[in-house]
This record gives sequence, C-alpha cells and structure tokens, in this order.
Amino acid sequence: MVEWTDEERAAISNIFSKLDYDEIGQKSLSRCLIVYPWTQRYFGGFGNLYNAEAIMNNPMIAKHGTTVLHGLDRALKNMDDIKNTYAELSVLHSEKLHVDPDNFKLLSDCLTIVIAGKMGNAFTPEYQASFQKFLSVVVSALGRQYH
Amino acid sequence: MSLTAKDKKMVKAFWAKVSGKAEDIGCDALSRMLVVYPQTKTYFSHWKDLSPGSAPVRKHGGTIMGGISLAVASIDDISAGLLSLSELHAFQLRIDPANFKILSHNILVVLAVLFPNDFNPEAHVAMDKFLAAVGRALSEKYR
Repeated sequence: MVEWTDEERAAISNIFSKLDYDEIGQKSLSRCLIVYPWTQRYFGGFGNLYNAEAIMNNPMIAKHGTTVLHGLDRALKNMDDIKNTYAELSVLHSEKLHVDPDNFKLLSDCLTIVIAGKMGNAFTPEYQASFQKFLSVVVSALGRQYH
Repeated sequence: MSLTAKDKKMVKAFWAKVSGKAEDIGCDALSRMLVVYPQTKTYFSHWKDLSPGSAPVRKHGGTIMGGISLAVASIDDISAGLLSLSELHAFQLRIDPANFKILSHNILVVLAVLFPNDFNPEAHVAMDKFLAAVGRALSEKYR
C-alpha cells in the first residue's frame, strides 16, 4: 500500500485544484506526440498529425487530452487504493487499446513538464516530488493487468 | 535518434536565449534532482549542505552547465568535444549513467519553469534529444 504524507496529499490536491483540464490535457498529450513521435502509433484515426503545428491544433487530440486528464481524477479521489481503482482501465489499455505500458511514463513526463511551465516557481522541488510520486503510482496501477 | 540539422539549429537558438541564466538553471535542476530522486544524494556525501540552492549545489550546478555549454559549442561532434569530461566520468567519478537521464529530466523541468513560452514542444524535443546525446557522450569511455 502506498503511504502518503499530509504534505504530499496537500501538494497533489493543490496542483489539481488549479488545473484547467482542457488546457493542460491538450498541451500534455500534444507535447507527448511531438516529443515522442512513436506514440502517434495509437492515434491512427485522429486525423492530421503531420507536424507539430497540426498536432497542436488538432481538435480530436485536444478532446482526448481532456479525457486522459480526467482519468487522473479517479486516482485523486481514491489515493489510498489507486491499484484497484485502475484495474478496469488497466485491462482496457492492455486488452483493447494494446498500449505499450512504457508509454505511460512518457506521457507522465510531459504532464510534469507542462504543469511546471504553467505553475512556474510554485512548482517547488517538493511539489515536483509529490506529483511525480503520484504519477508513478498511477503508471504502475495502469500496467498491473497486463499479461 | 541522432541530432538532425534542424535539432542542432533549434538547440543553438534556444541555448542562446537561455544561457544567460545558466547558473540558475544548473542550481535549480541539481536542487530538484536531490529532492525528487534522493538516491542521487549518494554521490555527494562529501558536501556539508545538500539543501536546494545551497552553496555547493549552486557552484556545482554552474559547473555542470559549463559542460552543457561546451556540448552546445561542440554539437557537430559532441563525443570529441566532451572527450576529457567523458574520461573524468568514466574513470574518476564513475556515476551510473542512469543518472544522466535523471538530471536531464530535471533540466527540462527547470527550462519549462523559467522559460514557459520559449520551451515549446519543438524546443523540448530538440533539447531532450541533445541532452540524451550528451549523456551518451559522457558514458562513452565507461567500458
């Protein structure tokens, strides 16, 4: 079971309370597709991903970014049982979407960097540590049902 | 995943914009690394103060950024340009190369914090590739 200190819980809830899901979702997913272009393999039906500009202006990617970010809400609301909270999503990503779980870390790194850009110095080293810990627990839970 | 001409151009242009704050970047990146990845503190047991922004952290952050600057200047042949740094890391410092990725990540986070508008996705991919190339050059003499 993951142990969270009061400071970690406060940091994570503070970061999410300030989040514009539409903005951050769109920015993180499009940054992931640009910085790690092989991730585009999962978005064959999403229209024009030809270059960075096309990706950043793609409305389907923007919408999907919001969806992914709202997926994190489940962990936020169930911090003491993230593992079981994501069992169903893990099966989805493995059996239906066939996403290589290494990709989860790539997206979570992009999310960290986008939030750092948004929050500036308010994203202190301690906030970064708490947020990265949170994301690594989510990533681990999402990979759990793969076989 | 070698650096294309476009990557090199982007890295040089971006570095020209940010190098004025090199010491701050190095200090903040190193501070974050020591907090977020506490296992990296094992390389600094000889320092009195490992807290964010402390004197040894600031000084060493500056040293590291000097190496990054050298790599930018040697971008057409990073291995040749960083040869003596590579030997230093291989034979004396013997830092596990996995840590180069960790420090690189923290440099990228600091670039986002300090230059949110300039550090756009295109600058990000070029810098990520560049820092990976620097890590490879530094580990070249390890074995």
